[in-house]
Amino acid sequence: MVNREIARVFGLVVALFALLIGFTSYRAVAHDFLTRFSGDTAYSENSNNRRSLLEEETQPRGLILSADGEDLAKSDNVGSESAPRYVRDYPLDDLFAHPVGYSYLDCGRSGLERFYNDALTGRSNEFGTIVDTLLGGTDQGDDLRSNLDVEAQQLATDALGGEPGSIVALEPQTGRVRVMVSVPSYDPNTVADQCSELNNAEGSPILNRATQALYPPGSTMKVITAAAALDSGEFEPTSTVDGRSGIDIGGVPLANFGGQSYGSVDLTTALTNSVNTVWGQVAEQLGARTMFEYMERFGMGEPPPLDLPSAELAPSGVFSKGEPLDAGDPVDIGRVAIGQERLLVTPLQMAEVAATVANGGVRMAPRLGDEVRARDGRVRDEIDPVEVRRVMKASSAEELTEMMANVVREGSGTAAALEGIEVAGKTGTAEVEGGATNQAWFIGFAPRDDPKMAVAVTIERTDGQGGTVAAPIAKEVLQELLQ
Amino acid sequence: MSGRTREFFGLVPVSLLVTAGFTAVLIARSDEIQTVTVTYGAVFLVACLLGHLFIRWRLPYADPYLFPLAALLAAFGLVIIYRINEDLARQQAQWFIFGLALFSLTIVFLRDLRALQRYRYTIAIAGIVLLAMPRILGETQNGAFLAIDLGPISFQPAEFAKLAIIIFLASYLADNREVLLGGRTAAPPLSRTAAIGGAAALVALFLILVLGAPAWPSVLGCVLLAAIAAIVAERPSLKHIGPLLLVWGMAMLMLFVIRDLGSSLMFFGGFLVVLYVATSRLSFVVAGISLFAAGATFFATSVTHVQNRVSAWLDPFDQKLIDMPGGSGQLVQSFFAQSDGGLFGRGLGKSLLYPPGIEQNCTPAPGCASPLVPLPDTDSIYALIANELGLFGAVAVLLVCLLFTARGFRIAVIARDEFTKLLAVGLSAVFALQVFVIVGGVTGAIPLTGVTLPFVSRGGSSLMANFILVALLLILSDGARRAAEEKGQW
Repeated sequence: MVNREIARVFGLVVALFALLIGFTSYRAVAHDFLTRFSGDTAYSENSNNRRSLLEEETQPRGLILSADGEDLAKSDNVGSESAPRYVRDYPLDDLFAHPVGYSYLDCGRSGLERFYNDALTGRSNEFGTIVDTLLGGTDQGDDLRSNLDVEAQQLATDALGGEPGSIVALEPQTGRVRVMVSVPSYDPNTVADQCSELNNAEGSPILNRATQALYPPGSTMKVITAAAALDSGEFEPTSTVDGRSGIDIGGVPLANFGGQSYGSVDLTTALTNSVNTVWGQVAEQLGARTMFEYMERFGMGEPPPLDLPSAELAPSGVFSKGEPLDAGDPVDIGRVAIGQERLLVTPLQMAEVAATVANGGVRMAPRLGDEVRARDGRVRDEIDPVEVRRVMKASSAEELTEMMANVVREGSGTAAALEGIEVAGKTGTAEVEGGATNQAWFIGFAPRDDPKMAVAVTIERTDGQGGTVAAPIAKEVLQELLQ
Repeated sequence: MSGRTREFFGLVPVSLLVTAGFTAVLIARSDEIQTVTVTYGAVFLVACLLGHLFIRWRLPYADPYLFPLAALLAAFGLVIIYRINEDLARQQAQWFIFGLALFSLTIVFLRDLRALQRYRYTIAIAGIVLLAMPRILGETQNGAFLAIDLGPISFQPAEFAKLAIIIFLASYLADNREVLLGGRTAAPPLSRTAAIGGAAALVALFLILVLGAPAWPSVLGCVLLAAIAAIVAERPSLKHIGPLLLVWGMAMLMLFVIRDLGSSLMFFGGFLVVLYVATSRLSFVVAGISLFAAGATFFATSVTHVQNRVSAWLDPFDQKLIDMPGGSGQLVQSFFAQSDGGLFGRGLGKSLLYPPGIEQNCTPAPGCASPLVPLPDTDSIYALIANELGLFGAVAVLLVCLLFTARGFRIAVIARDEFTKLLAVGLSAVFALQVFVIVGGVTGAIPLTGVTLPFVSRGGSSLMANFILVALLLILSDGARRAAEEKGQW
């Protein structure tokens, strides 16, 4: 009969269904598993697959809070109760745009929003999330408490008065970043509508000047030179050096500020009055190797260990056509020592220099985040202070502190002096665009004997000098933060 | 345990599935359990029970597993559709009741299916008319002619045409299989088959390797010639092979008329299965497949929307095809949904159906945002099942379909008369092929074309037609098993 044929046809049907099961297994499980070995794009990573992105909008992200608990970023439900859609809201508009960043479906993420994304979406603690789900809670993200200070940030922003520039303030002993200002800023609430425009906007508001902008440091660099001089044991604060203007440095005569000549001066005086020729000679005597050694100890040559995405962190150093140089390259080390040559630094780098001196020569990793907490208040992760390294001996740091205190007491930095609190610091004024305008700087810390706060202030393209425009702002910021 | 009692207990998993499924969806929505929705489930179960009692009354010998398996698939579908949209689930539940009514009517009026044989040409013409209707009255959906709008209802005549064509073929071949091959029902000698096959292989190799002819057309041409040679060697009666050529021509024409590769594959596959079982000649099947392949190749290169479907299948991740309307967007989204489900799925009601902020109850209509995977309630329902119930859930659905097909084939094996055998095999095969066409399309095994997943996808026509299919199979099995029981042979 025909039963043999019927059996064969059924065999074919079974084969077809086996094929279907095979293909379903491939799509559901095998493809993404195999891409781990083949390096092809997994379905879950495919740019056309917006599933995981969209899914994030169904759950509120965690809050980003200031040090005293004010909302810097929160999620609002713009959908309905039964079909929620959470969109980021930044209540303080442009005030914390750079450190906090933004998070939008079509524009991606930046700043803390990006660095702490796993915590904010609740992914950092899978086990905890499963427990939450089993207990019937919603699987929402954890909150991030930052170290940022709203009032000081506001005051610092106002103090810049809209001038392009940057201010960073951090605690020397812990590395806690309390202020991170970059002007011009942008309103992260409007990013969703204009992310591509923002990248090309005039004045580069998207750029975090505190961590990405590379400026010539001017005389603030002399703090590093002085640290190298004292800590190497070759100099003491009382060592004297010829301070005439026009001494050959790197084979070319170097002028002092205003062409002023000094006699034989000690290093304290040379720092107080920012005598270029003295520090140029000191650096030449120390040699490029020692100078670079101390520059690297302070953090130059690599991105700062800050909790921001690496794309938003620039290393400081001596650059040739964008490439970093080291001690083996032909560099005019005498001019590097006074912040000239091709030396470029970020404001965060210079704040770290001040903080390291303030902390007795120990450099702490700067930190924007303080702790990650579940919604119910349980602390999931405390972000402890991390020591990067000892940069110089405590005694060298103490001597340098005294020299810097003298700068504010009677030198170029008197405008930073606070009533009743002794401030240590250093001014800087780098000529840019052929001397037409200045990059003004002040770095410093206070109180001198028990430093609680270190600060770096810089202003782009100003007519003023570090001592006249940057030092007064540093004073205001220190005053606010030391209250 | 009697067959009917087994059927009754077969409905227990159905009731569990309905209850668990509805509860899971409700929990996922964190709604309160509404009495209305629970009522759907209860009504559905009562309807199943009534269906069972009806079978007990009218077809006491019928296969005990077909009805529970169909109900299981329908319950699966109802739960998934309920998860998509409550209103659509209510409609589907109503269609289910209508379907059961039609099922009962079929059983009442077609007590003996041999009666159908008398009307086979009428049925064939009705089938052709049904197929041609959308081309005349309807509008294209993505280039294919598959549906007619009857006010609020979209009628898909192809679902019924598939039954008509299988009935015609089974009936015609049951009467003519002997004469078709001049009374030689034994298989042809192996030496002849080997000689023809070997010659064809040599010619194909010569064409490709020596003359450098394009591979695919050469192979296709040689296979076709070999199959024709094998058929001619049988010296078939031209008078009797004529109607078969007609049916084949119809299937090809249908490809032209409805322009849908998937439904054509389903019809044509059903045709070839019945033909093979009737004649036990692979040569017919090989000739048919190579002709169909030639036709399909022609379509894939000349008709735009078929061409798009094929290129979307060959290279779904080409960004141009993804962005193009009617391109591979639906396919890759369905892959993403399956991948998102993984082994165990996201859980009923827990996958992302719409972008966030869109009400789940937004009826698919203008003004509603489109779901992530287009057509989650019809074409892509398998992708949604894989997404929410995982590989295990999807394979479970496939296995239920396979069991259903197996029960259909079992009827054919038990049956004593040709017509019952051929009709049971044809109906089961067409059911299995329909599953293959849609699931194969959604998983990328074959180009994606829009047919429904039987009993599971939303849609009245599909549910009606498939209930008739179950009714026919049950009638066949009642007759076959009654006869077998009387002879005490099983």
